[in-house]
Amino acid sequence: MHELAIAQSVVRIAEAHAEGRPVVGVNLKVGHLRQVMPSALRFSFQLASQGTALDGAELRIEEVPAAARCRSCSLQTVLEAFPFECAECGGSDLELVAGEELLVESIDV
Amino acid sequence: MHRTRIRVIEDALDANNTIARANREDFDQAAVKVVNLMSAPGAGKTTLLERALPDLGGVRAGVLEGDVQGSYDADRIVSLHVPVTQINTDPGFGGECHLDANMVRSAIPALPLQEIDLLLIENVGNLVCPAEFRVGEDARVMVSAITEGEDKPLKYPLMFRTCELVLVNKIDLLEHLDFDLDLFLHNLDAVHPGVPRLLVSARTGEGVQEWSRWLTRLVMPVEAPV
Repeated sequence: MHELAIAQSVVRIAEAHAEGRPVVGVNLKVGHLRQVMPSALRFSFQLASQGTALDGAELRIEEVPAAARCRSCSLQTVLEAFPFECAECGGSDLELVAGEELLVESIDV
Repeated sequence: MHRTRIRVIEDALDANNTIARANREDFDQAAVKVVNLMSAPGAGKTTLLERALPDLGGVRAGVLEGDVQGSYDADRIVSLHVPVTQINTDPGFGGECHLDANMVRSAIPALPLQEIDLLLIENVGNLVCPAEFRVGEDARVMVSAITEGEDKPLKYPLMFRTCELVLVNKIDLLEHLDFDLDLFLHNLDAVHPGVPRLLVSARTGEGVQEWSRWLTRLVMPVEAPV
């Protein structure tokens, strides 16, 4: 249940940016390569936000699929399963470009 | 009601990562290398430490034990005359399932950093949560016991993807189990191609010397031949 620790951290970040205003929404990006369960994170967020400027705020989670750029053929591939390989040339020399996000993107006040 | 959207763009674990960097600076300043040892409960972390600690040559090691409750592991290590410090995560929300950078930071004053070259941090037994939290380590080592099955790299990819060494433990049980070692290694390479791995048995001692040597080399890298 590390989602609770993450939720507490999200609340602290949002409060810092809200500068005293009540927060009604938090927009979060969660990459598929993180081991974060959106349902557990939403539940934790409800607990963590109680009594803060985020009390009652909506947590909107955008899930980001893993994606990589192939260093051989330069094609960008969405990665759906291990092992990661390029959909075009089958190469495995890939540079991850998405999927590792755990990002507070914006807040609504 | 008028609403305003404020752009934030901040990593949700930024606070943890900042503290982890501060820990790392403190460790670097004291010339202490740090290993974050992680696994599921019962994979053999403590026993592998007990095996390696007496066999580190001139490397002076200390241990930081992370547990939800109790000091069972620390009590075992202390009998090896190695400095050991205990962190209990219980005062948190029902007991945190992992160590984070701040917990390690709070333990730093109790660590004999001037008297050691290597700090082994035994994380809370858990294959999921510890992987998300850097604590200021130089290297991550994970233990995967063959009794856990071949599919674990695929089911818990983050931990397998972010470690520098995998200890495949309980290898002495190979002949008694239906465990397919080739399939496990195939799955491991699917998730983390080519990650260094050692086949070990904390029970019989097989592979343990290589584990000790790996730790020793982390502290004293072998110089390239001239």
